[in-house]
Amino acid sequence: MAYSDKVLDHYENPRNVGSFGKDEEGVATGMVGAPACGDVMKLQIKVGKDGVIEDAKFKTYGCGSAIASSSLVTEWVKGKTIDQALDIKNTQIAEELALPPVKIHCSILAEDAIKAAVADYRKKHQA
Amino acid sequence: MLKFPIYLDYSATTPVDPRVAAKMIPWLTEHFGNPASRSHAYGWEAEQAVEEAREQVAALVNADPKEIIWTSGATESNNLAIKGAAHFYQGKGKHVITVKTEHKAVLDTVRELEREGFEATYLDVQENGLIDLEVLKAAIRPDTILVSVMFVNNEVGVVQPIAQIGELCREKGIVFHVDAAQATGKVDIDLDKLKVDLMSFSAHKTYGPKGIGALYVRRKPRVRLEAQMHGGGHERGLRSGTLATHQIVGMGEAFRLAREEMAEENARIRKLRDKLLNGLTDIEATYVNGDLEQRVPHNLNISFAYVEGESLIMAIKDIAVSSGSACTSASLEPSYVLRALGRNDELAHSSIRFSIGRFTTEEEVDFTIDLLHKKIGKLRELSPLWEMYKDGIDLDTVQWAAH
Repeated sequence: MAYSDKVLDHYENPRNVGSFGKDEEGVATGMVGAPACGDVMKLQIKVGKDGVIEDAKFKTYGCGSAIASSSLVTEWVKGKTIDQALDIKNTQIAEELALPPVKIHCSILAEDAIKAAVADYRKKHQA
Repeated sequence: MLKFPIYLDYSATTPVDPRVAAKMIPWLTEHFGNPASRSHAYGWEAEQAVEEAREQVAALVNADPKEIIWTSGATESNNLAIKGAAHFYQGKGKHVITVKTEHKAVLDTVRELEREGFEATYLDVQENGLIDLEVLKAAIRPDTILVSVMFVNNEVGVVQPIAQIGELCREKGIVFHVDAAQATGKVDIDLDKLKVDLMSFSAHKTYGPKGIGALYVRRKPRVRLEAQMHGGGHERGLRSGTLATHQIVGMGEAFRLAREEMAEENARIRKLRDKLLNGLTDIEATYVNGDLEQRVPHNLNISFAYVEGESLIMAIKDIAVSSGSACTSASLEPSYVLRALGRNDELAHSSIRFSIGRFTTEEEVDFTIDLLHKKIGKLRELSPLWEMYKDGIDLDTVQWAAH
């Protein structure tokens, strides 16, 4: 499997790895995928009072492309409002990382992770 | 000085031993005769070289040279043995028994027999990878004509109880075939004692060249085969085709060296394997696949929990190893051998087969241990599953969103 330079860069130097404290203010978590399918992504966003994503962290169990997709997404969501974050599409992720067709599911999973994290934020903040 | 990537995939293939290569070369250039040419010295010397090699191969397994048939490799030997015996004996019955963890060269050949109208039973193995003799006994039917069990498994290195299976088959009058591609030079094989009727060999797993193998066909009691390759009637009509003298000479020399050096070499390799085993099982949440006692010293197959197989392979590209996961397509296919041992898909995916050989050094093993410690640590830092495991969450109870 030949990886693009961008995938390799994110894989070798993943950005924003880690977890926020569970009780931190404004933190929401999206966990998608399943171990049996070979990918699990956990994306956490930290949203400020103004609705802007101040920080993001991830942990991913998966192939190099899955790690790179989630690493990239943490960079992209920062500074965006949650609505703007929802505009990030898997096609943009796949294009940026030059993912081959067999790895498109990694970008779809990363998009799903954003949606899941935003949904978690909304659930917490409507209650 | 280490040379990268470090080769730890000797079960896939071995380099040709330089001593073997040196023996082969004159048979390509100077002594190029056709061993079947009876009318001149070019043919005579080639025939002599072929017969000497036949003796060398027979000597490693304590057989009569007349019982050795040259083929292109273990795949062809398996095809000739299984189809050849099934076709010859189909008047007696049409049931064949093999094992789920066999090499594809056996499994796919048996599938082909099924397409031809034979019936097949694929035996389960125990969690340690070994077959249960009682399960085999129970599978034998009055119309069973052939049993095929490999000597040493290619993925997990376990050694099947060939002697006992042989007794059982002989008693029932069933032809017994053994794929020994991974066994030569690693375990003692005495065909004078073992009640094996057909045995497949490969040169390139034992420091010989690719493209050459052999099939042992027992003479007493005589086992009959129907030829699969027709032509000039070479190899007593069992396998036509001009003999590849240089390849045969290479296989002979490789097997001669294996016989001479096996005891010493295995002791050295066992030390290296034990070092690797201790160095890697040091890592938390690792699982050795396959029985550790009934196993060749050359093989170590380990699953590393909570890291994904493909990223693991990517992380350890400084070593050349095999993965339990064939991740060349979108649909990850975990190893069917590890599955047959009862490993779940995640552990099958994150398994690595390390296979050690003649040219492996202690320095290489040390490097590998260190590399795995670092990379497993890094990938687990990244793994949400590891985090959950460390938080005491039982991952089997988690509801995963399927995708």
